[in-house]
Amino acid sequence: MSEFLDQSTPSSAPSGFDFSLSHRNATLSSDSKSSINMVAKKTGTTIVGTVFDGGVVLGADTRATAGSEVADKFCEKIHYLAPNIYCCGAGTAADTEKTTELISSQLSLLRMSTQSPSRVVTACTMLKRMLFRYQGHVSAALVLGGCDISGPHVFQIYPHGSTGKLPYTTMGSGSLAAMSVFENEWKENMSESEAVDIVQKAITAGIFNDLGSGSNCDVTIIRLDGTVEIRRGALKENPVEPLRSMINRSSKFTMGKGTTAVLKDTFVKAKKGGEEDMVTD
Amino acid sequence: MSILAYNGAAMIGMAGDNCVGIAADTRLGAQAQTVACTFQKTFKISDTIFVGLAGLGSDVQTLSQTLKFRKNLYELKEERTMKPKVFSAMLSTLLYEKRFGPYFIEPIVCGLQDGVPFLSGMDLIGAPVFTDDFVVSGTCTANLFGTCESLYKPSQNPDELFETLSQCLLASVDRDALSGWGGVVHIITKEGVRTRELKGRQD
Repeated sequence: MSEFLDQSTPSSAPSGFDFSLSHRNATLSSDSKSSINMVAKKTGTTIVGTVFDGGVVLGADTRATAGSEVADKFCEKIHYLAPNIYCCGAGTAADTEKTTELISSQLSLLRMSTQSPSRVVTACTMLKRMLFRYQGHVSAALVLGGCDISGPHVFQIYPHGSTGKLPYTTMGSGSLAAMSVFENEWKENMSESEAVDIVQKAITAGIFNDLGSGSNCDVTIIRLDGTVEIRRGALKENPVEPLRSMINRSSKFTMGKGTTAVLKDTFVKAKKGGEEDMVTD
Repeated sequence: MSILAYNGAAMIGMAGDNCVGIAADTRLGAQAQTVACTFQKTFKISDTIFVGLAGLGSDVQTLSQTLKFRKNLYELKEERTMKPKVFSAMLSTLLYEKRFGPYFIEPIVCGLQDGVPFLSGMDLIGAPVFTDDFVVSGTCTANLFGTCESLYKPSQNPDELFETLSQCLLASVDRDALSGWGGVVHIITKEGVRTRELKGRQD
């Protein structure tokens, strides 16, 4: 029904979650043991964050899994919240993605109305209120980091909405492996390069010791002077290209034209000039 | 058994040189029983956007119509054509809106954005995956990943892309009981869309 209600008034933006299919889905799955959480994509993850002398370093691996299958080998887990704030996400992929998108949008509206840069505590409060409202059903475990007028900050946020303000933190399925590196090597007043080294080492520990984490290491550095450096694939411990180029492909793997049996072949010309007719059928 | 695997499906999106292709099987089943072998799962949204909807048959049809409707409305309101990236984002929000009572669909989006291949895949609640080689979806993703990983080559021309896509699909569905019964391949180029129906095993 909501489909008709929403779209008959297209000017009003839809807001909040839509539960209209919940009843149908409960009926459909009453005779099976399937649940959304079983099939939705997860980011079995290692994410970390630490403060250093002149800012914050965030780190993440780049693997997304669906069950035991690797769904994405190079996904982005360090999300943009504000020019001076970024957020790493672990948990259900859609939840981390959409939660950070939503808060990012709210923060930019807030910046426009207050005419001042966002603070990290503000982002933290908005995220925890959103997550607490959904009582852990929005399963996003976050490491929030950024620099504002009161200095560099790192927060951890659990899916139920509890938060902690810490000098360094790890989250996700590889958090134990990553924390072992931090507990062993972290010290106060580190330089930027020392902090980046520890972050990369912690993520690498997650990549190699946790099955849910893998591929590369992403690093984002947010400095007190307002500059941000995004190092996508800062460490590539598991490159695919050399392995792929080693494959000596037999000519049998190159199918010639006409190999596949075709029953019907049609060609529809594209309309020229950019202006297209509406699709009606 | 998950509702996602009730009707059975297999589909691939693959990028080529200034072209992009989408291949899907055509079976509609009720678990092990085949109901139809001409079920449409790939939909033309515009000259440069195709969407493949794998999952529950009724949601495939509902969503295909909703997507066409939303795309038309966007073009009337904005007075410009919708680009694949925008379409993908729209689909993602459409799915996430129903986070706690989702459509049982795992879609793939294939298109040409300013002549360059665009590929994305999503889970049933709209978590996107963007790739520049291939995306797969359906009840035999493990098979599809296997065939695509071994047969995919970068920068294939439309004819090569068609053969690769077809062989990847046919080899995969022959090892999956829930999908198959023929297939369809669309090759999207700047000039237009070539659609071929494949001869597949009927068992």
